Amino acid sequence: MVEAAGWWSLLVAPALLLAGAVLAVAGDALLAARDAGRPRSAVAAARPLLEVPRLLAAQPRRMPAPDRLLWRLGVVTVPVSAVLSVLVIPFGHRTVADLSVGVVWFNAMEVFTWAGLWLAGWGPNAVFSLVGGYRFVAQGLAYELPLMFALITAATGAESLRVGDIVAAQQGLWFAVWMPVAFVVYLAGVSALCFLGPFGYPVGRDIASGVLGETTGADRLLLRAGRWLWLVSGAAMAVPLFLGGGAGPWLPAWAWSSLKTLLVLAVLVWVLRRLPVLRADRYVEFAWVVLIPLAIVQALVPALVVLNR
Amino acid sequence: MDTLESALLAALGVVALVTAVLVFTCDSMARVTFALLASLCCVGGVVAVLGLPYLGVVTVLMMVMEMVVMAVFMIAYMMNPAGLMPMSMLHNKRGSLAVSGAVFATLVAAVFLTPWPAQVGEPPPDTTFQVGKALMGEQMLTMVVLGFVLLATMVGATVLATRRGRYDRFGDDLDLRPARDPVRGGVGR
Repeated sequence: MVEAAGWWSLLVAPALLLAGAVLAVAGDALLAARDAGRPRSAVAAARPLLEVPRLLAAQPRRMPAPDRLLWRLGVVTVPVSAVLSVLVIPFGHRTVADLSVGVVWFNAMEVFTWAGLWLAGWGPNAVFSLVGGYRFVAQGLAYELPLMFALITAATGAESLRVGDIVAAQQGLWFAVWMPVAFVVYLAGVSALCFLGPFGYPVGRDIASGVLGETTGADRLLLRAGRWLWLVSGAAMAVPLFLGGGAGPWLPAWAWSSLKTLLVLAVLVWVLRRLPVLRADRYVEFAWVVLIPLAIVQALVPALVVLNR
Repeated sequence: MDTLESALLAALGVVALVTAVLVFTCDSMARVTFALLASLCCVGGVVAVLGLPYLGVVTVLMMVMEMVVMAVFMIAYMMNPAGLMPMSMLHNKRGSLAVSGAVFATLVAAVFLTPWPAQVGEPPPDTTFQVGKALMGEQMLTMVVLGFVLLATMVGATVLATRRGRYDRFGDDLDLRPARDPVRGGVGR
């Protein structure tokens, strides 16, 4: 049912992703205004977007003996991998590339963020920045393994790694209904990859903004945009994986896709604001002792169902 | 295989070789690691272009994770201060040149001297399924044994590497509750 669209989708997909990110940032700013008791107006929502021209015009900061090549590479990797991950996410019945291994592609793009963030921390030759990069890598496995099991669970239920097949397999019942643990684990994993809110440890205040600390100008813009792009991409991928893709009554498929994506995104933005920053050792222990066993048991459920089909 | 695929294959091969050379010419541990990562990503691309998309993408995925973890350890264990200083990847230059030259010559000779079998029938439409069947069908026992060996190695290495054992946590008679941990709190405490 899901099929690859023409070359124009290569332009539309990143544009949609960017629009989603702008909406998420605006929503986050509105929530911040509400929490601070400021008026919730259009100005408040657009305020973080004023950062864009300011950062573009900002003077670059020079560090003694930076590794410029790796620094740039790391900074660019974060948003670029987010954009590349969208290639396999269907929007309604259309997708940019209907890869036979779409789920693995998405996962591979996610781990590029790992490398990118470590490089962004390493590049400036500054202590706190490097500490931030190491924090993300140290937690990487704790973030990534439960997420991988969640992806495997959806793929097992559909007996395919093709995202289109996973959507088709949810005709009767959404995967979120009978794989709730995988759904929650997936959402936690993708928000952790955005290092936002409770997962903001690598850019924590205690290490002077960590990875973001030494970046200025366009570099800072790319890194900060990258985390929101990843949040939108993660929310968009949750729809075909667990929420039946573009399926729904009355409205066309693309409308359902965007509605569901925006809903997941809104929930993520709200939850990320509600939670305090999680200390790394606490989350790592929770991930290894609780999340991974739960995710494995959850993966067993569709495996047994598929075997008995 | 059409012209585009051949060109892509050649380009990936050249980039893989160039970045592999960079692994030995760069003087920073971080650059060396990521040059190796670039090389291995190209290898993953080669595998994907050759018609094994699953193995190709999984190679890229695993190599990124591995190289990031390796960067951390290589920088930590370099003999000069924490791998932060300029360094050289070349040791025992003459000996290693002889060994690597001989291995390279042997492999190239093997490529041209091996009587490669001719293709029989059509390649299957979904190679991922074939890979899965090969690994989880006839080779199931091998995979299960390998899985346990890997798990045992990981658990063993972790146990050997941790300074504190259960007697440190629960006392000499293992009856100390809650456990004596350097960091308070956590799951079940």
